[in-house]
Amino acid sequence: MADDTKNEGPGKNTGPWEYGFETRTIHAGASPDPVTGARSTPIYQTTSYVFDDVDHASDLFNLQTFGFIYSRLTNPTVSVLEERIANLEDGRAAVCAASGHAAQFLAFFSLLSPGDEFIASKNLYGGSITQFGVSFERLGWHCNFVDPTDPENFRKALTPKCKAIFIEVLANPGGVIVDLEAVAAIAKDAGVPLIVDNTLATPYLCQPFHWGADLIVHSTTKFLSGHGTSMGGALVESGKFDWFQDGRFPTMTEPDPAYHGLTFAETFGDFGFTMKARAVGLRDFGPCMSPQNAFYTITGMETLHLRMERHIANAQAVAEFLDDHDAVSWVSYAGLPDNPYHDLAKKYLPNGAGSVFTCGLKGGYEAGIKLVESVNLFSHLANVGDTRSLILHPASTTHRQLSDEQRTAAGAENDVIRLSIGIETADDLIHDLDKALAAT
Amino acid sequence: MSDTPFPLHYEDSTIRGILRSVHTIAMVGASGNWVRPSNFAMKYLQGKGFRVIPVNPGSAGKQILGETCYGSMSEIPDQIDMIDVFRSSEAAAGIVDEVIPIAADKGIKVIWMQLGVRNDAAGARAEAAGLTVVMDRCPKIEYGRLFGELSWCGVNSGIISSKRRKIG
Repeated sequence: MADDTKNEGPGKNTGPWEYGFETRTIHAGASPDPVTGARSTPIYQTTSYVFDDVDHASDLFNLQTFGFIYSRLTNPTVSVLEERIANLEDGRAAVCAASGHAAQFLAFFSLLSPGDEFIASKNLYGGSITQFGVSFERLGWHCNFVDPTDPENFRKALTPKCKAIFIEVLANPGGVIVDLEAVAAIAKDAGVPLIVDNTLATPYLCQPFHWGADLIVHSTTKFLSGHGTSMGGALVESGKFDWFQDGRFPTMTEPDPAYHGLTFAETFGDFGFTMKARAVGLRDFGPCMSPQNAFYTITGMETLHLRMERHIANAQAVAEFLDDHDAVSWVSYAGLPDNPYHDLAKKYLPNGAGSVFTCGLKGGYEAGIKLVESVNLFSHLANVGDTRSLILHPASTTHRQLSDEQRTAAGAENDVIRLSIGIETADDLIHDLDKALAAT
Repeated sequence: MSDTPFPLHYEDSTIRGILRSVHTIAMVGASGNWVRPSNFAMKYLQGKGFRVIPVNPGSAGKQILGETCYGSMSEIPDQIDMIDVFRSSEAAAGIVDEVIPIAADKGIKVIWMQLGVRNDAAGARAEAAGLTVVMDRCPKIEYGRLFGELSWCGVNSGIISSKRRKIG
């Protein structure tokens, strides 16, 4: 919560002012439309934009002036969302994409060449493990997965070809909280950017740039959009990574043949990485966000702070209830005092440990299936971060494509139930789970 | 920029004040090559109503974007409000030392060193001589940021306002 104690007293507030998080969730990036004065952000449902003349068109195509060309690259509605996310993360710039996976693709495409490597936590969303371990491999980008519970594992896995370290600060669905500051220090020593997937924490709960991260990715589909309506992703840069430190980042520091020899880190400085991801990644692969989805996401984000407060309060109540339930063998929620990640949660997620967590059923795989099919209020589906409470049995759904070993590594064993606690009445959620657990 | 001793910070009001008060800029290191950042930064600033006079001994006497290029700042016959340094951090020292003695005569009030260009000692000498100094910033990027255009490519302008933004 922003406190108003920074006010200096009646008549004395004349100096510079830093707006609070809540104000920025509503206003950042979204001044009234300069032409019409429209107060809400208009949906610019257009593919393209007229040029003043051929010289203007040429300057735009060569990235020599600012402006809109084609909505695969930039769109006025999407750019409001981009600036808002960059602002809330206290970053320099952001680029949005069609999904979180697309944002991850843009990040790695802008960093890696075939033969390069990166290190990732093995506690990631199952889709990311598949993207990194299988599909990226086909592009010649090799991912080394490590156990993130000891930050030194990242240092041990470093190779000369390593170009990045990737973690989820609040991991889905294992409930692991990674020691962000320690991993950031290792990345800095190694001279590689630390990329943090901040989807489950959101900037309301955790601000990875303040702990030394260099890039952040989001699936905006989750808490940022918040209502389960709109797919989207974002890549944010802190603007503080030194691409010129050595010759390891040629995508940033060597002339780009597709832009008349333009060097992204030189021409755009501290927003060069997102410009690269946009001007090359979005241009050549096309995973842009639609203005309609950007609009829904912008609208959703205006209540991010209010929703997260209730998500957290409900998650804590449901976790405590399950922790005491006889049919439940364990609850992995860092908001519980006996959780091994409780201290890390207090450090990195002081407002609460998120609202996505897992628990284990004594009845194992069969009980898991029975539970997800017996609930009435929880929705059985593969998403998180909705206003509605969601339930999933990962072993039979999202993590089904993984090997048993990978499932265990990702915290998705046969007895595991994943919950994404919504903002309904907490008592109703507890009642629903209690009744369904009785059926297992 | 990894060896920079401390982060530079300029208030938006300072940068906005400079960009609103300056009319004529001498761009030291301006290039006639259209793919170089100095060339398209010059073109952008011209489009926003600034007069930009190129300075580059290698192109002296030639035309760059409709302006005559001079070999040195002292050769420019007109009054100049600001020097934009498109040279290395090391070269910025010599440029500052060249500016200080002619500043009063030419009307020079601001020395602006480009993105990636920073020379703290030279900056301190310029400030001691009464000049306003900006380092490691691009006037094109700052103009775009403060007047809304940079937000079009997802940059955090830091601006929160319920007023209509004027397009630069």
